[in-house]
Amino acid sequence: MSKNTLYDRVWDNHKVVTLPTGQDQLFIGRHFIHEVTSPQAFATLKERNTKVRYPNRTFATIDHIVPTDEFQRPFQDQQAETMIQTLEVNVKEHGIQFFNKVTGKQGIVHVIGPELGLTQPGMTIACGDSHTSSHGAMGSLAFGIGTTQVGHVLETQTLAMSRLKVKRINFNGALSQGVYPKDVILKIIQQLGVKGGIGYAYEYGGDVFDTMSMEGRLTVCNMSIEGGARIGYVNPDQITVDYLRGREFVPKGSDFDKRSIEWQALASGPDAVYDDEVTFNAGDLSPMITWGITPAQSVGVLETVPNLAELPDHDRSVAEEAYDYMKLTPGMPITDVNVDVVFIGSCTNSRIEDLQEAAAILEGKQVAKRVRALVVPGSQQVQKEAEATGLDQIFIAAGVEWRAAGCSMCLAMNPDKLIGDEVCASTSNRNFIGRQGSPTGRTLLMSPAMAAAAAIKGKVTDVRELL
Amino acid sequence: MNSQQGNVTQFTGKAVPIYGDDIDTDRIVPARFLKEVTFEKMGEYLFRDSRFDESNQPKTHPLNEIRFIDASIMIVNRNFGCGSSREHAPQSIKRAGFKALIGESFSEIFRSNCTALGVPIVTGTAAQIREFQQIVERDPKIIFIIDLAAQQILIENRTIPIQIAPTVRESFLTGMWDIVGLLNQNKNHVMKVERALDY
Repeated sequence: MSKNTLYDRVWDNHKVVTLPTGQDQLFIGRHFIHEVTSPQAFATLKERNTKVRYPNRTFATIDHIVPTDEFQRPFQDQQAETMIQTLEVNVKEHGIQFFNKVTGKQGIVHVIGPELGLTQPGMTIACGDSHTSSHGAMGSLAFGIGTTQVGHVLETQTLAMSRLKVKRINFNGALSQGVYPKDVILKIIQQLGVKGGIGYAYEYGGDVFDTMSMEGRLTVCNMSIEGGARIGYVNPDQITVDYLRGREFVPKGSDFDKRSIEWQALASGPDAVYDDEVTFNAGDLSPMITWGITPAQSVGVLETVPNLAELPDHDRSVAEEAYDYMKLTPGMPITDVNVDVVFIGSCTNSRIEDLQEAAAILEGKQVAKRVRALVVPGSQQVQKEAEATGLDQIFIAAGVEWRAAGCSMCLAMNPDKLIGDEVCASTSNRNFIGRQGSPTGRTLLMSPAMAAAAAIKGKVTDVRELL
Repeated sequence: MNSQQGNVTQFTGKAVPIYGDDIDTDRIVPARFLKEVTFEKMGEYLFRDSRFDESNQPKTHPLNEIRFIDASIMIVNRNFGCGSSREHAPQSIKRAGFKALIGESFSEIFRSNCTALGVPIVTGTAAQIREFQQIVERDPKIIFIIDLAAQQILIENRTIPIQIAPTVRESFLTGMWDIVGLLNQNKNHVMKVERALDY
């Protein structure tokens, strides 16, 4: 059992009691809600004739269903309009702060939490969304929950949870040019598998994380769940503190300084005990791309996709399914794969640094003729900053569509979808069958810079050739 | 104590094999069906794109086979329910008439969602799961008895040990799977923890 880790400290600070089931009742300090997984929870509250216990601990936004090319109400999609209206009624009735479009702070829930400073070290954070693991980048315990549990948080501000084991993941050395946090997490998932994290919280550390920006850490923690880990986190340090200083919802002045010392004291110390530990070296890491239907099915850009015979028995049947679906040939170089669509966005890679990385590649270049490319900022604030610094003009000049904030083509609950069996170079987090809105659509996951390179060349391309 | 469904020690029913590792919740319920503000119709969307093509013609899938029509237990493989936290996935399984799942392994969030809905998840080894799937393939009328108390499956006059997470087992045996009543009992403790937080 782990000891003296950030996980243990934060858990203990929020533990209410041990329940008769053997689980712990855990207090949830921050709760984020959005339009997809909350309406049924509010309906249950109503049925139970009860109210939100701590409305000031829940914050709402709208992200999954918003159109990204126009925002005219009512939405053309009647279902989407019903969803936003339902959320509007619920937040009003229960006195919950709602970051809708008019606030200028709307965006993907996992982008706005950190950017507003709502996400802070040492918190417990829950949201009806599996990518809530993102918020662990700040040194919080953050995890996705289902709608019944959203109801539990609304009604009691607590959850019945089992304590996870803690696996320390060290990434040592330095990332070479053209290699990004997205490549780090794709490598980790490739090595530990999509179920390697079941029952674990991942603690990320080592040289690479010690120098990684908050935005990079958010990308890595975001995809913890793709490796099966419900929670992923990085210990808070000076980079965390510098990122948070001055943000809207953090304490001000000397209160902030005091708090920042307390935050850093939560970090796993030299006396930390882990349930498991694994170490990777950054030196030989190259840009990574998924070729299959799970985020673990990935290769380095200079590699060929695997031959079935090379794979361990337990990976072969999913690989066969993947080749059948992706229409790729085992043993082919990944750079032989042509792309039809490029999507730069999602809670994984839609923050300002992601857009800067993509813009650096696209500046002065043109998107290949038959490629449809879109860049979707993660929030209105990211959009504003990108426009203030001219990134939007770089994208537009390159022939990329510049959109408004939302989840967009990551899961296509809005008009942004793949058509037929289009291949999409995507900076999102899931390459599942049908994920991007077409039951036969094909997804290749990669970093924003790699997606930009694919946009220019019309095929999977080693971005290092363009640097 | 909130135990509106009472305690549950056994689940009995016929089974259907759902083959494949890493079956994600997008496959169980595609995202386009999440645009409804209630779960009422989720049962209709279960495995929609695996069962029907784009012109609504049925594909080869166990859930389209008449011989499995009255199955109430799913036998699945490795890492079932991975991906999104959408409760729409277990809701669709429950509303399509399934009462329990047997598999090699399950994603964490999916498992907790199932427990919250009163759908127990039990696990066995890869070899056991394959055998269960072969047994129902051979004879879909075979009755499975999942005994949560004894942690075993009774089938064809045999008992086979299976795994169930201790907290999940306890939840069903004591009828506490609908846990909100329990969570509401400790209001004073909750207030104390809340006040002690620095945020």
